Amino acid sequence: MSETPNPAAIEMRGVSVGAMRDISFRVVEGVDWSVAAGEFWVIAGQQHSGKSDFLKMTAGLMTPVRGSYNLFGVETQTFGEAELAERLRVGFVFEGGQLFNHLTIRENVALPLQYRQNLAYDAAAQAVQPLLELMELAPLADITPPNISDNWRQRAALARALILKPEALLLDNPLGRLGGRHLQWWLRFLDRLWRGHDWCVGRPMTLVVTTEDLRPWRNANRKYALLRDKKFFPLGSWNDVESANDPVLKELLAVPLETTI
Amino acid sequence: MTLCYAEAVRGNLAKAFKLMDTQLFRRAALPKSYTDFLGRKLFLFLLTVQGLAAFALITLGVILRKSGVARNVIRPRIRQEIARAGVALLPLFLFVALALGFLVIGQTVSVLARVGATEYLGTTMVIVVVRELGPLLAAMLVLARVGTAHVIELGTARAMGEVEALEALGIDPVHYLIVPRVIGMAVGVFSLTVYLIIGALASGYLFAFLQDVPLTPGDYFRELVGALGWLDFALLALKTIAFGFFIAIVTCYHGLAQPLRLEEVSRVAVRAVSQGVIVCVLIDALFILLYLVA
Repeated sequence: MSETPNPAAIEMRGVSVGAMRDISFRVVEGVDWSVAAGEFWVIAGQQHSGKSDFLKMTAGLMTPVRGSYNLFGVETQTFGEAELAERLRVGFVFEGGQLFNHLTIRENVALPLQYRQNLAYDAAAQAVQPLLELMELAPLADITPPNISDNWRQRAALARALILKPEALLLDNPLGRLGGRHLQWWLRFLDRLWRGHDWCVGRPMTLVVTTEDLRPWRNANRKYALLRDKKFFPLGSWNDVESANDPVLKELLAVPLETTI
Repeated sequence: MTLCYAEAVRGNLAKAFKLMDTQLFRRAALPKSYTDFLGRKLFLFLLTVQGLAAFALITLGVILRKSGVARNVIRPRIRQEIARAGVALLPLFLFVALALGFLVIGQTVSVLARVGATEYLGTTMVIVVVRELGPLLAAMLVLARVGTAHVIELGTARAMGEVEALEALGIDPVHYLIVPRVIGMAVGVFSLTVYLIIGALASGYLFAFLQDVPLTPGDYFRELVGALGWLDFALLALKTIAFGFFIAIVTCYHGLAQPLRLEEVSRVAVRAVSQGVIVCVLIDALFILLYLVA
């Protein structure tokens, strides 16, 4: 019996991406990329290489300037209200969290659930409690985001993205502002999500992360890509990354230089 | 809807309304002639009107289409906005009603009584307070107190990426951020205008009474009631709701519809308040025409 191939979660052909602030300015051009369901991709790039805009376009927050992009088989150029359910199969974690500062952590996490399912606040608060406990956020649940550290804000943003139980999760530089203990927690937790976490009923999750430092993401089971000079280069496995002779890649793999006085 | 909205913001406002060109116009060198200057101002004015009209239509569309969506989220937010644009301003409006009564109405009553023209009292009060001064003053105060807060809150939310976060979560930013503010401000301006008018007329008589004006409370209120017609009530309601709606539209448009950097928020707030004043005066002029025609 022949094995049925995984359906492509993300399928881009000749895609060009405009900047979020000015769509006419192209940050990435000519992307051909395919992500099968259940894959874990790490996209590396230097600062201002267009990683965030590329990831936002991938999440369906903006349409490509050129080319065709199918998300779970649906062409995103035609995304509207009717296709919202398709787009919500993808969760998005912004760099820095981008939480709503006027709401508490509990309210932030509960809001998508409340809005999508028209739940009363008490019912939504009850529903988010297990996730808050899972993310060790329960003691901070009634505090507003400006009053907690970057580490916890980023974790609250992850909880907010997971509350709707997406099938794929896109994370924009999730380790960028984290301290050592939190960094380890994130790597372990993302690995559990990728393998199939109980929160998502054991279903393996498709993950795409961007980073400016490849070293923490070293893993034989992951796939890697590089954004450089407005081009997207799928690299393959970790071995391919290490063997590639690209100066930017070397820089992203190198120990950062400490300035000494 | 979120993508439709995103398209509306980035597509309609950046392309159809050519806001990028608007920025170019603002940065362009000083005009060489007055005709250039006037033409540029007129063009900018038309672009702004177009943007505001589109934003108002988008908001109206969302109010109508999504009246039953996420009620458990939107209704508490509407209540919050009514409290902010209405209930929280009551002490200020009480003070302004007393001041208006003492400074303007009391003196007018006093002068009319002194020259024996109390039969014009009702008409004068209705034209000055009920039709003009009350609604316009209420709208200006709400614009200053709440409208500026709208621009700053929404501008900051946009600059901090909270609007993108709403879109990512499948929450329509117009539905979540704008609709409660528009409804709250429309209800707030209407209610506060009613309180302001009642307070000003009552305190005005009190001032006249303290000056020993020979006018009984019965005669005073009989004159007022006699001068009021059903049209005054209907147009007062329409006018104040229109004030509230358009103040919210102008302030929310400037706060939300354009991508902002944090340092731009204060400049945009000033521009929104100026345009809010102009819009209120234009609406007022339109209602004067309606009164004249009716």
